[in-house]
Amino acid sequence: MKVLVAVKRVIDYNVKIRVKADHSDVDLTNVKMAMNPFCEIAVEEAVRLKEKGVATEVVAVTVGPKAAQEQLRTALALGADRAIHIETDERAESLAVAKLLAKVVDEEQPGLVILGKQAIDTDNNQTGQMLAALTNLPQGTFASEVAVDGEKVNVTREIDGGLQTVALTLPAIVTTDLRLNEPRYAKLPDIMKAKKKPLDVKTPADYGVEVASKVSLLKVESPAERKGGVKVASVDELIDKLKNEAKVL
Amino acid sequence: MSILVLADLHEGQLAGATAHVVAAAQAIGGDIDILIAGEGVQAAADAAAKLDGVNKVRVADNAVYAHQLAEPMGALLVELSDGYSHVLASASTTGKNVLPRLAALKDVSQLSDVLGVESADTFLRPIYAGNAIATVKSDDALKVITIRTTGFDAVGESGSATIEAVDFVAENSQSSFVKEELAQSDRPELGGAKVVISGGRGMGNGENFKLLDGIADKLGAAIGASRAAVDAGFVPNDMQVGQTGKIVAPDLYIAVGISGAIQHLAGMKDSKVIVAINKDDEAPIFQVADYGLVGDLFEILPELESKL
Ligand SMILES: Cc1cc2nc3c(=O)[nH]c(=O)nc-3n(C[C@H](O)[C@H](O)[C@H](O)COP(=O)(O)OP(=O)(O)OC[C@H]3O[C@@H](n4cnc5c(N)ncnc54)[C@H](O)[C@@H]3O)c2cc1C
Ligand SMILES: Cc1cc2nc3c(=O)[nH]c(=O)nc-3n(C[C@H](O)[C@H](O)[C@H](O)COP(=O)(O)OP(=O)(O)OC[C@H]3O[C@@H](n4cnc5c(N)ncnc54)[C@H](O)[C@@H]3O)c2cc1C
Repeated sequence: MKVLVAVKRVIDYNVKIRVKADHSDVDLTNVKMAMNPFCEIAVEEAVRLKEKGVATEVVAVTVGPKAAQEQLRTALALGADRAIHIETDERAESLAVAKLLAKVVDEEQPGLVILGKQAIDTDNNQTGQMLAALTNLPQGTFASEVAVDGEKVNVTREIDGGLQTVALTLPAIVTTDLRLNEPRYAKLPDIMKAKKKPLDVKTPADYGVEVASKVSLLKVESPAERKGGVKVASVDELIDKLKNEAKVL
Repeated sequence: MSILVLADLHEGQLAGATAHVVAAAQAIGGDIDILIAGEGVQAAADAAAKLDGVNKVRVADNAVYAHQLAEPMGALLVELSDGYSHVLASASTTGKNVLPRLAALKDVSQLSDVLGVESADTFLRPIYAGNAIATVKSDDALKVITIRTTGFDAVGESGSATIEAVDFVAENSQSSFVKEELAQSDRPELGGAKVVISGGRGMGNGENFKLLDGIADKLGAAIGASRAAVDAGFVPNDMQVGQTGKIVAPDLYIAVGISGAIQHLAGMKDSKVIVAINKDDEAPIFQVADYGLVGDLFEILPELESKL
């Protein structure tokens, strides 16, 4: 079975972003970029499936600017076999990304597609679900456990009330939650080897997909700043403040 | 304009989130219908009919909608969405699971986690873990939106909408329900609680979370946790507060043994009053806390419980 993983280049999760002075967007100049943490988990899961002999090949795909090839190389260093870069400098939003991924699914015919549950920049949490709808495949979102069992996959999902397990027919779409696995770090020899692994470059036009969206970004603002308050010296003072100043007790 | 709101259910009952989503629908303006889908959901439909501002409650009561699996739910929404200008759901794990399928099948974008309404086509939503708020305008014919419930005050319950059955039965041979392990708790829901007390890695282990119980009992609080506490296995995942967990905005949030990583702050920084208890006086949580108490939680918590 072939496994397709979608990876996204995003701002490193440790970076605290700033809004541009003209409020047109956030300022990403010279900001450290990395693979979206949920996508790292997706790659790790795919590679583990291969190590277990369940998957035969792991293909990583990204949609993004030229620089996004760094994240594909990371995926290759972590164990993916080959990569597809759909290059665009346009801001591809979830629906366009899902349409492109649907074309790749059509071409590659994977048994399983693994995506992150959300990208930590736009926090949309929708690409995997859209892909599932467009390909007419079942979905197991927010997965904390993925067990392939013959023609089916059992996915345990982190839901608001606890955990839910669903059984899906294959092929299926899975999106990862944080506790699915702990991704490994790429080792230097693997990083070297990754440079030689195949990486195909395509464009949205190759797939006949229009990237433009009907959603426009009007402005970006910083949220209301929260000011740090005071330090209290004792439990008594805390209770007094909560009762008499904040009036929440 | 007319708006369809997909209701959230919790063990077959109407969940509190829906009253907030109806409030968001009122901010958009237009006729508001609610869709209840599930199996044996008459009580939920009756409760939904009482929400203020609702025109009609549409009820799809069939075994195929039990557990609200994404595939039949998506098909149902596609079937029912004709004639609506907006389809809304809360940004719960159900709303997030189902709504993007509708959007994709209608070839429109989805706006996720909307926390403010500027007009019928312009909305506010948080990006980058809430460190920036984007104003976005959608020119799509159908607007598919998940709502961050903390952004809208719940509507009242003095309405009397009509209830109408939906005949459409989706087919589903792709997915099936296996099991659910739901947290059992007598405490209020994290999302709706007026007071939340959360423990982090500083709690040390799951057993020590009991130190929060007595305080939560006295304050009628829900108990939350940081990701580190969940990852370490102290408490189950449904207690996680943050960018990738639950978003809460109670009147009082008490963070105990939590350092205050941006991903955690993303889930609680809209709380009215924040209290932090931490032994490290440089912990970033103090930068957002209204009241900070520096010290060992193992001494502070028992004292706090006895003095409340
Ligand atoms: C109004 C608006 C504002 C935007 N603002 C910004 C901005 O400020 N900065 C910015 O950089 N971008 C911005 N974008 C584009 C945005 O970064 C995303 O590419 C797009 O919205 C996809 O959503 P997501 O990544 O949040 O999807 P999610 O559904 O959150 O992502 C889930 C998973 O889908 C997969 N995935 C998502 N995108 C890709 C991809 N490109 N290639 C491969 N796999 C992918 C990954 O596996 C990911 O983990 C904006 C888009 C819109 C519509
Ligand atoms: C993609 C991504 C998503 C994430 N999503 C979330 C999320 O949704 N929610 C979330 O919470 N985190 C999230 N995180 C993790 C986040 O970055 C932090 O790692 C996490 O919040 C840290 O948890 P903590 O504060 O409990 O632990 P720590 O950072 O280890 O802090 C423990 C604190 O306890 C204090 N302490 C220790 N002992 C005592 C004592 N005896 N008395 C008093 N204080 C004590 C310490 O001084 C310290 O400040 C995410 C991370 C990533 C990469």
